[in-house]
Amino acid sequence: MGTSFGRGGATTFQQDLQNSDCIVIMGSNMAECHPVGFQWVVEARERGAKVIHVDPRFTRTSALADLHVPIRAGSDIAFLGGVVNYILSNEREFREYVQAYTNARTIVSDDFEDTEDLDGVFSGLNPDSGKYERESWQYKGMEEVAAAGHRDQGEAEGEQAHGAHGGELEHGEPPEEDETLQDPRCVFQLLKRHYSRYTPEMVERICGVPKETFLEVAEALCENSGRERTSAFAYAVGWTQHTVGVQYIRTAAIVQLLLGNIGRPGGGILALRGHASIQGSTDIPTLFNILPGYLPMPHAHEETSLDLYVERNAPPTGFWGNTKAYMVSLLKAWWGEAAQLENDFCFDHLPRIDEDHSHYRTVADMQDNKLEGYFVMGENPAVGSSNSKLQRLALAKLKWLVVRDFSEIETASFWKDGPEIETGELKTEEIGTEVFLMPAAAHTEKDGSFTNTQRLLQWHHKAVEPEGDCRSELWFMYHLGRLVRQRLAGSERQRDRPILDLTWDYPTIGPTEEPDAEAVLAEIGGFDAEKAPLGDYLPLKDDGSTTCGCWIYAGCYAEGKNQTARRKPAGEQSWVAPEWAWAWPMNRRIIYNRASADPEGKPWSERKKYVWWDEGEEEWVGEDVPDFTPDKAPDYIPPEGAEAQEALRGDEPFIMQGDGRAWLYAPNGIVDGPFPTHYEPRESPFANLLYEQRSNPVRDEYDRPENPINPSDGEAGADAYPFVVTSYRLTEHHTAGGMSRTLPYLSELQPEFFCEVSPELARERGLEHGGWATIITARTAIEARVMVTARIKPLAVDGRTMHQVGLPYHWGSKGVSTGDSANDLFAFVLDPNVHIQEVKAASCDIQPGRRPRGPDLPRFVDEHLREAGERA
Amino acid sequence: MAGHVLDTPAWPSTYDGEAKPRVGFFTDTSVCIGCKACEVACKEWNHVPSDNQGYLGSSYDNSGELGADRWRHVAFIEQKLPVGVEGGAPDDLVAEAARQNLVEEGLSPHADEDGFRWLMSSDVCKHCTEAGCLDACPTGSLFRTEFGTVVVQEDICNGCGYCVVSCPFGVLDQREGDGRVWKCTLCYDRLQGDMEPACAQACPTDSIQFGELDELRERAGKRVETLHERGRGEARLYGEDPDDGVGGFGAFFLLMDEPETYRLPPDPVVPTRNADTVWKAAGAAALTMAAGIAAGFIGRRG
Repeated sequence: MGTSFGRGGATTFQQDLQNSDCIVIMGSNMAECHPVGFQWVVEARERGAKVIHVDPRFTRTSALADLHVPIRAGSDIAFLGGVVNYILSNEREFREYVQAYTNARTIVSDDFEDTEDLDGVFSGLNPDSGKYERESWQYKGMEEVAAAGHRDQGEAEGEQAHGAHGGELEHGEPPEEDETLQDPRCVFQLLKRHYSRYTPEMVERICGVPKETFLEVAEALCENSGRERTSAFAYAVGWTQHTVGVQYIRTAAIVQLLLGNIGRPGGGILALRGHASIQGSTDIPTLFNILPGYLPMPHAHEETSLDLYVERNAPPTGFWGNTKAYMVSLLKAWWGEAAQLENDFCFDHLPRIDEDHSHYRTVADMQDNKLEGYFVMGENPAVGSSNSKLQRLALAKLKWLVVRDFSEIETASFWKDGPEIETGELKTEEIGTEVFLMPAAAHTEKDGSFTNTQRLLQWHHKAVEPEGDCRSELWFMYHLGRLVRQRLAGSERQRDRPILDLTWDYPTIGPTEEPDAEAVLAEIGGFDAEKAPLGDYLPLKDDGSTTCGCWIYAGCYAEGKNQTARRKPAGEQSWVAPEWAWAWPMNRRIIYNRASADPEGKPWSERKKYVWWDEGEEEWVGEDVPDFTPDKAPDYIPPEGAEAQEALRGDEPFIMQGDGRAWLYAPNGIVDGPFPTHYEPRESPFANLLYEQRSNPVRDEYDRPENPINPSDGEAGADAYPFVVTSYRLTEHHTAGGMSRTLPYLSELQPEFFCEVSPELARERGLEHGGWATIITARTAIEARVMVTARIKPLAVDGRTMHQVGLPYHWGSKGVSTGDSANDLFAFVLDPNVHIQEVKAASCDIQPGRRPRGPDLPRFVDEHLREAGERA
Repeated sequence: MAGHVLDTPAWPSTYDGEAKPRVGFFTDTSVCIGCKACEVACKEWNHVPSDNQGYLGSSYDNSGELGADRWRHVAFIEQKLPVGVEGGAPDDLVAEAARQNLVEEGLSPHADEDGFRWLMSSDVCKHCTEAGCLDACPTGSLFRTEFGTVVVQEDICNGCGYCVVSCPFGVLDQREGDGRVWKCTLCYDRLQGDMEPACAQACPTDSIQFGELDELRERAGKRVETLHERGRGEARLYGEDPDDGVGGFGAFFLLMDEPETYRLPPDPVVPTRNADTVWKAAGAAALTMAAGIAAGFIGRRG
């Protein structure tokens, strides 16, 4: 999303789905995982919208859809690429939108070679590093600029792109363009060529979706897009959790841009987040490579001063041109008076990165004895992360581990009752890890905010005091910081300055000395030079006069009031409900909404009017806060030498991008290709029918003994793992179960771990409904109760019958409802952009009956793999 | 709703001016997403005990049926509809024809090519107009509230179980280890506080709608019409008719198939409806017998 449009957030809001004429839910089981938001899908359908669910399984979402399209897990790019091809080869694109608002007309470097030329890889693949060098991907005339901006450590760019940047464009206008879109080297023609082999026939062969069904979806999208109509996409982790996850979303972005559905009511791409504040945890990140507001984490060796950092990260045009103001305001929020012009505003106090420090890298380091301690808060990696067996083995290598949760979750108890204790692979008396289990307060027991799926910050007030020693995260971090500062007080060492200089002065409330959460929100919302709360981020300065803890959240505490706590009833305001809570940026609910008007500023149609240029008032007006400079006329042409947003024209709605346009082609900001390309999952019973290159050539993979990989189609032993396995959630449970398997009312609704298989697969493997099955990968084998259901259908993939096994991943060894963990089955293979695990598509075997116990289990798993190899 | 015509026997006369308009549920199963929020909200609010029955393998239903420890229950029905008449012998050829059209036009919610659909429906106590449970209760524990709903008072119930056999839906049930009968109160306490019942409030898609019964019936009628207009001829109301065997439900449904599909009785009748006829018949029999005996005596005398 960040790469395509400029910001790493949903482009629309759930309530806006009611305005859609067609909704495609794909990579998401919205009714089950976002049941409350799903009411707007139901509402749209009542208003006549066509609702399509593309998913390997017929789920509770499919039950309410007009059309369910069963698809092979892991083949979505082929399907969406097919839609792109359908649009382009039938000239169904929204031509004016594409011409004006995307980079379709930009000419790409002569050095760029497509997957069409290189049989599945792009130019620039360095076989030694296993990474792409992206000079050849640049716009024509800009190759040298990009080369200068190239980093030797590519890992960090993924999340930053996910965040927002969209790369660096040195000029507001790309050097060479063809407005007629005819030049063979323009993005539009390259796009056409890239997807030319994604035909309906090929979609059928790869995805197992009959051609007619595929065409029905493609036609529904085209029919319901254009001036008068709009279509929306909703996705969730069914798209992201792949070795090509980011590219799944990129493909949808291309479809939506070609159809002109971004920035318009009833359009957009809705990123349905998996938890209450997952969006918030990237906005104010828990990630290793970004700072609040998607500012890149400084690089250890190349960004040694604030100026160097700004030079490398602030493009001259678009809103990111103000990077220095955002950064300095953040430094001022954190280090207050200590941050002065003379000391680079304490820029050197910031941590630095030099390589990947994501979750899986960290766990691998842990297993290699490179880590002593670990804080686990709001996570249960012993159940919720891929190859959870390796997660647990690694925890046993730590010196100390702090777990904060409501109860003793599996991550805190692995040393006494984890599966490896049973198999003998770990022995309690030999584990040196000291575990500190800290009881956590629930959201009802503390003040704070959630930033939800639609960038909406919603405040929750404490309803009751937490019991006993339970405390909020805020309490824990504040007092931990306070105690550390106490220990360091008076230190002369330079290395202690970043901690001692912090503004750590939040007022506390009550006998538990709970920090005032609103004071923290106010700091995040920011203050101007007169210490007055900011209304938005426009006044931020790079001279140290303003402070702001997260520039995109500027204004959440406008006028000294907690804007996120606003709860004006729906009946008392417009359908957009701008006075319900507060959305970033600047309380805009649909972003890039300048695109809801044509280049002249007029609504594309009366039916789909949203934000438009008011000639009389000379400003942008409409249903929402305009996502545009309020008085910048549609015919504005930037003067020579203009910078940042001033350098963008009045008809360029994607104001975060250096060229003001949405990116069909991504020359920067993404590490695995400027165009999404279908690759097979790392573990797949099928070859890549499109290219010689089977899987993502630059995927992030861990080659270690604890992480063996299933052989794939064509490799020795592949027939030992003939089925596709996919994992998912159920309405009744919450992620790794820490918040639901402990609760009787929820546990009784889905009391046991089960696997879903088709009647055909059950017959083939002798599986009995209600009985037990053992599911096997190279990592381990787990057991589950069997649910035989017609909701899972065998599909015909490339002339073969393909069976899929479905696994809800909630279970573990603790709580009211216990069972094996589905994630034990999956490997450390990740998307190279955001380091997310591939758990939505892999290969497996399934056999009737329960799994072996004790030391027999690892033996059984090894033998299964060995025998298969020998057979081959 | 002032001046509302009240149609429940023995009510509202007992409440005089304190009677409130009769309220109930309209459960529209055409928009149910099976999230079970109603089940959980009900248990949370009413402190209904947990009732873990293990994995039932009955689609996504692991709570089985309504009972003393389950006052809302969501049924999940996985259904493969025959696409052609030759593929099976449908009960209702007209409905079947409608289904076929749906499949052809691709408008159906189950437009999978072999006509698969997954029905979900949240069941609840029907709060009958003529409530068999209430008629059978010898202690007065079961009573009709000022809202026209039927409620068990746990401090009066003696666990005799007469009501259990008197409910045509099998809703009433004795709690194990307690002996008393527990069922949906339509959140009587919340109604008294001017709040809607917990299940209706929790329902994200408005499948469970709470309100005054007259208004709900009107709304439901329109909803069925709308669905029929959209080609979903299989939609029908269940329990909205005041002339049915229980005088109409206080909590009625819009179903997408025959009631039997949802394990609901197609034509429920309150067992006490024929009670007077039964007693008259018994009386007549007794009289005849007495007459016979008398005649015998008379004869003997004679």
